[in-house]
Amino acid sequence: MLQESLSRTLADASPLDRVRKFAGDLKDPAKDVWAALADFGLPGIVIPEEHGGLGLTLLDAALASEALGRAVAPVPFMGVVLAPLALIGGGTAAQQVEWLPKLAAGEVTAAVAISEAVAGTREGAGVTAKGGKLSGKALFVPGGMAAGLIIVADAKGGLHLVRGDAAGLSRSLMLNIDETRRLAELTFDNVVAEPLSGGPALLGRLRDAGWVLIAADSLGACDAMLEKAVAYAKERRQFGRVIGSYQAVKHMCAEMVAEIEPCRALVWYAAYAFDAVPEEGSLTAAHAKALTSEVGRFVARTSTEVHGGMGITDLLGLHFWFKRLGLNRQLLGGPERVREIAARLQGLAA
Amino acid sequence: MDLTPTPEMLAFRDEVRGFLKARAGDFAAGQAKDVFAWQRLLIEHGYAARTIPKAYGGYGAEPDILKSRIIAEEFIAASAPRGMAGQGISMLVPTLLEVGSEEQKTRWIGPTLRGEIIWCQGYSEPGAGSDLASLQTKAIEDGKDFLISGSKIWTSTAAQAQMMFCLVRTEPDAAKHEGISYVLIPMNTPGIEVRPLKTMTGSAEFNEVFFTDVRVAQDQVVGGRGRGWFVANATLKHERGMLGDPNATEARLGALIELMRSEVVDGQRIIDNPVFRDRLMQLQGRVMAMKFNGLRLISAQLSQEPVGVAGLVVKLQGCELNHQIAALAIDALGELGILYHDGPHLRARGTWQRNYMFDLGLIIGGGTAQIQKNIISERGLGMPREPKPAVL
Repeated sequence: MLQESLSRTLADASPLDRVRKFAGDLKDPAKDVWAALADFGLPGIVIPEEHGGLGLTLLDAALASEALGRAVAPVPFMGVVLAPLALIGGGTAAQQVEWLPKLAAGEVTAAVAISEAVAGTREGAGVTAKGGKLSGKALFVPGGMAAGLIIVADAKGGLHLVRGDAAGLSRSLMLNIDETRRLAELTFDNVVAEPLSGGPALLGRLRDAGWVLIAADSLGACDAMLEKAVAYAKERRQFGRVIGSYQAVKHMCAEMVAEIEPCRALVWYAAYAFDAVPEEGSLTAAHAKALTSEVGRFVARTSTEVHGGMGITDLLGLHFWFKRLGLNRQLLGGPERVREIAARLQGLAA
Repeated sequence: MDLTPTPEMLAFRDEVRGFLKARAGDFAAGQAKDVFAWQRLLIEHGYAARTIPKAYGGYGAEPDILKSRIIAEEFIAASAPRGMAGQGISMLVPTLLEVGSEEQKTRWIGPTLRGEIIWCQGYSEPGAGSDLASLQTKAIEDGKDFLISGSKIWTSTAAQAQMMFCLVRTEPDAAKHEGISYVLIPMNTPGIEVRPLKTMTGSAEFNEVFFTDVRVAQDQVVGGRGRGWFVANATLKHERGMLGDPNATEARLGALIELMRSEVVDGQRIIDNPVFRDRLMQLQGRVMAMKFNGLRLISAQLSQEPVGVAGLVVKLQGCELNHQIAALAIDALGELGILYHDGPHLRARGTWQRNYMFDLGLIIGGGTAQIQKNIISERGLGMPREPKPAVL
């Protein structure tokens, strides 16, 4: 129900034309889309009701993420869920009171910088904490350009809260293949930070939640690409027949749905387990992330092929989903890395 | 999808556990000491034939998928043998319950459940595989009887079976799908010849069955003359569910993990080789997805929602996964994987090699992967059927 009404909101506030405009204009912050989602209550989805949020679970957030992926919505979502989880799990009462109501109302947006801790360090990135101050670089931060609150993981797995206006913090846009989402490179030069408690265990929870949300976004994007392929195959005629009546074409569609449906069950279960069966949370989240990455690549390619030459045009816009799935595959670790972590979680790797 | 256990379910789990503990002496290493006595005991306690009415020899419980799942889990945990399976129990009994006459239900269901009658399925023919409805085995009226002639293929357990449920053409002039009847045939009837069909595993898992003027009473038709195609489709649904069972796949993955932890090459365990480990993790993710897909189907059934396309993919994906698990096991064994016959270096009595070959048969049997994709795209995605050729 949440998913259906969110999808309706997105259909009004963020149709493909709106997405296209955002993609083509780096100055467009898509404030109108965000405002519609704030009206819906999305920014407070996992924030407890006493702080003005909806007080829902990660399963609800995953269903929302699925709707966002399906609509290739140009809004950052990871920070919306992960920053409150960090504050609830590791923040003081004062920090919670200060930030959660503002986040829930959508007045301030938050981002999380955990890529180095989860996907590994590259390009000399990494953040060190010393005497309450952070130095170093964090790459690939979704929503990091506009965030008023940033949760940062340091090289030892500690988490810190950084204010968006902190002195010594600079940001630059990391243009990426998926123009529906903007990533930031954050540079910290002796930036004052407030430590959060919880350490690596809390970081692990943020990683799991991040994996589930990305997996759910991919699932929604896969659904959209399958739907478009089936609709196109039922309409496009060649050799006097709709191409969907050829087995060569309809088997491609069958293969897509046969891959997607089991993924859906896995993603939903991983999201449910995050809150309800914590001992299964990490492993199911890892597999949800890794499998949707593989299935996402297959569906992105196959749906494009079903569309024939139209599939690769800008006009059709199918590429927005193709690229969204491309980003989701790599963000917070590609499938090889995530599966290696999955093996480690069960003692099958050192 | 709320699967949090209720107090009733927890109590039921204790009850099953208690039963298995009390009866631990009746079985060893997953085998019952007396399979018939064990089967009767399971029916009596509702751990087999659970939802079959008492009047027909079952336990008579209301369908409760969570309880069925608890039974399955506890039996696996205790390595206790489940009730008998086979085509009589899994396919014929549900069909009789759906469309059988009162006389047929009373006569056949009880002894079948107790394992006293073994059944085989006579569907496929040499000329009717994927296009099953083109079957040609004919039944000609002769007084109160039919005289059946023709042949069937891929018939498992035909050599052991006392009975066959069989599709035959009773109305030669009717349209293809409407001239077929579903009949029950005693295998000792004169004119039936069973020939073992040896497969690439080296064993005869299947048979060919030949019929020459086999006399069967007309009242052995189930579900009405000319209705056989529709009766059989109900049974095929049961078979496809059986062929993609995620619990069986999960058990095989567990065995594969153990294999990769114990096999050593150049002093290194296979599991410590990152290439093999990644292949294992890829399969584990897929097995997990199929397991939760199964749970989702269960929870949809519980709330009586349509299961949709998620149910149609089980046979295709489940059989493929089983084959891939066996393939990885053989690769993990390396050169040891090419052994097959008894010998000092053979692992697991050649089970992985046999599965690798036999599972390919299961990808083909019960509706080939390609037929499954037709079903998924046509029924699941609403795509158009292949147009009929102009000239046959």
